[in-house]
Amino acid sequence: MSAPAAPRRRRFPLAIHAERRLETPRGLGVVTTIGAVVVALFISAALIWLIGGDPVNAYAHIVRSSLGSVGVLSDTLVKATPLIFTGLACSVAFRMRLWNIGAEGQLMMGAWGASAIVLAGWLPEGTPGFVYLPLMMVAGVAAGALWAGIAGWLKARLNVNEIITTLMMVYIAIKWVQFWVFGPWSDGGFQMSPRFPREAWLPRLTDYSSSVPDFGGLTVHLGFILAIIAAGLVWVFLNRSRKGYEIRLIGDNPRAARYAGIDIGRTIILVMLISGALAGLAGATEISGVVHRLQDNFSPGYGFTGIIVAFLARFNPLGVVVAAIAFGALILAGREIQPAGIPAMIQGIILFCVIASDVFLRYRVRLVRP
Amino acid sequence: MTEPTLAVEMRGIVKRFPGVVANDQVDFDLRVGEVHALLGENGAGKSTLMNILAGLYGADAGTTRVHSEVVEFHSPRDAIEVGLGMVHQHFTLVDPLTVTENILLGLDEPRFWLDTPRYEAKVGALAEETGLAVDPAAKVWQLSVGEQQRVEILKMLYRGANILIMDEPTAVLAPQEIDELFETLRGMTAGGASIVFISHKLDEVLKIADRVTVMRRGVVTAAGVPAAGKTKRDLAQLMVGREVLETVDKAEVAPGSIVLEMTGVEAISDRGITALAGIDLRIRSGQIIGLAGVAGNGQSELAEVITGLRECTGSITVNGQELANRPVSEAIDAGVAHVPEDRTGTGSAPNLSLTDNLIMKSYRSEPIGHGWTIDSSVARGQAQGLKDAYEVAAPSIDTEARLLSGGNLQRLILAREISSEPGLMVAVQPTRGLDVGAIETVHKLLLKQRAAGMAVLLISEDLDEILMLSDRVAVIYEGHISASIPAAEADVGDLGLMMTGSVTIDPSAAGSIRP
Repeated sequence: MSAPAAPRRRRFPLAIHAERRLETPRGLGVVTTIGAVVVALFISAALIWLIGGDPVNAYAHIVRSSLGSVGVLSDTLVKATPLIFTGLACSVAFRMRLWNIGAEGQLMMGAWGASAIVLAGWLPEGTPGFVYLPLMMVAGVAAGALWAGIAGWLKARLNVNEIITTLMMVYIAIKWVQFWVFGPWSDGGFQMSPRFPREAWLPRLTDYSSSVPDFGGLTVHLGFILAIIAAGLVWVFLNRSRKGYEIRLIGDNPRAARYAGIDIGRTIILVMLISGALAGLAGATEISGVVHRLQDNFSPGYGFTGIIVAFLARFNPLGVVVAAIAFGALILAGREIQPAGIPAMIQGIILFCVIASDVFLRYRVRLVRP
Repeated sequence: MTEPTLAVEMRGIVKRFPGVVANDQVDFDLRVGEVHALLGENGAGKSTLMNILAGLYGADAGTTRVHSEVVEFHSPRDAIEVGLGMVHQHFTLVDPLTVTENILLGLDEPRFWLDTPRYEAKVGALAEETGLAVDPAAKVWQLSVGEQQRVEILKMLYRGANILIMDEPTAVLAPQEIDELFETLRGMTAGGASIVFISHKLDEVLKIADRVTVMRRGVVTAAGVPAAGKTKRDLAQLMVGREVLETVDKAEVAPGSIVLEMTGVEAISDRGITALAGIDLRIRSGQIIGLAGVAGNGQSELAEVITGLRECTGSITVNGQELANRPVSEAIDAGVAHVPEDRTGTGSAPNLSLTDNLIMKSYRSEPIGHGWTIDSSVARGQAQGLKDAYEVAAPSIDTEARLLSGGNLQRLILAREISSEPGLMVAVQPTRGLDVGAIETVHKLLLKQRAAGMAVLLISEDLDEILMLSDRVAVIYEGHISASIPAAEADVGDLGLMMTGSVTIDPSAAGSIRP
């Protein structure tokens, strides 16, 4: 006797079979990330082709106008600098599953804090750079940290969702900066502050062109070096310090962290302060390294792009540097690509592909014949 | 005599995972209308075999026939199409949805419009027919664990399953619920269904199974032997491959000074009701106090107030140091070790490495914690040492904790807690869900610590375990603790009556436990 076989559905000749991985092989993260970016570039190419563009030409142009010469490479690094800081800011928080998506607001406040040192008029005219610049950086760090710290405090004490607070506080920060550039710090009624004195500018390569002529026109500034140092420090902090271990533990299992004697509330506040400080540095270096004045709309969303950079780097501080330079290139090339939305679209597609590629880390996926 | 009809026939199944052969040339038969127990230690490969049968894993080699037809499943959906369904140990229900909605989830029918009354009637009829009493309109979160399990079974029956794989179904149930489940299973087999019953509890296997297949380290050591006439000892020997000690050596240890002293401790549970109603308790060094009780009578809360995880009123001192309402880290520093009830939810970080899990309590202090840094080479050295000493079976110290079997995870937790050289150990259900071999290891470790002068509070539902290990025994019921008596004088019947509240615990007698 045999039971009648149940009717089988018609099938495609190949089926996808996913099996949970027991262990993730070393280096697979890097391979899948690169794979995801390549897939994203193919999808973007298809879309460019659909709107009548020539994808090969477009990509060649992006590479040429962002990495093709020392001059544009320098411009790419200028764009990458704030992205490294915001990417680090997001990575630190995201490692703990603390979703600080308001790096843009903390960046604004950092820029405002740095500007206040110059514009408040506390320092006499002719104050040297070695006084101006450290004070500006510290003020930027403090303002950014404070801004994120508020959201951290609300989360730790009252369990207020940090996704909402950090995002909403972006808009408060934007309005706050607008108030100052339209009002008290307005330069003769324009929506920007007066230009900072030269002493409040971060040194750029071009500033040394009198002694090294080849540096002429290279606008990459000291902030880039600070960003690289910050990436190294954040790596050490996350991977070698006690707090870094606590952050990993809380990120994986908050109940186990509490059981291990970790004060989760205090760690949330601390991580928010660090995250905000890094984003604040993004604003402070951008203001004193590139813009040289406080103005409305000086950031093309560096804080939000930092979220993508962090995910692309899988929250690894050293990966953040690489991802930030790639996105810096994309932003730079964006000025020359028509329609202007293409680079933003490519960014978005890359984020989607990288997040989707996670499935290959957690599952072994095979095509099988059913 | 004719051959009995086979519902399932698995031949030569091989499944390899990195570093281990989980199933090595395994054969398995399931007859129509039988309950077939699949017995084995944690990590013996029984769940792997059944996951292959249910379509969750693909086998590396071997064939499977269901009702004589060769089948190859690529997903649980393929399996259920030929009437084969698995009920997992951890339920796969959506809490805010109703029973009916859960049962319909993922089905092709209904397509767009959910005609709730019609489907509720359908589910209700099926529940009645099969004796799986459950309200089709109830939300899942309102149901008891036993009822939720019924919903899982109904889900499979609704999809037309006549072969049911139950993965350790009794692990989450209260004794009375187990009896009800067995009743249901018998009704189902009488109606022609076939059931695979995965377990490592020998009593239950002998009670419910018609035949038993025993697995050890990926191979079958006894294939489909009739359960009738077998004893627990026979089965245990097949499972662990050697004679199992049913008694332990408990050397006399003279109790020392008072380590833990609790006076008038009261606490409320997460649900806002009184969980501890005035607890007085003393434990001396070199002493194991066994606290018996049915789960949910305040045991978890008691462990939590001692370890600083829960607020309370009253006084708790360890070696004279007040610990009530102090941070968890203070209790750790004062030498309180905690083997928590929930190993995966509280006791470990599943996606972190063995090393990260082993240093959870020691990373703050030298030699691992070094100023603000962690000396990872020292941490790794210690982790490797603990892994070897406590025989945590895993490929390396970089393996993620979630990959450990239940017994190995418990060894890891005990390794971590004991290596902190604590003065007091609070062990909550330390052997629940473990197999015979692992239980023996845990018992030996606890007795070794007792001999070394540690004070142990052993909280367990298993009376045999409590009587075997403890010096003195007390009972907790609805937040009250009875006076303790020497374990040798304890009567199982009396304890059972107190545990179930049939005999009231006199609060005035709920005094201190004195050595």
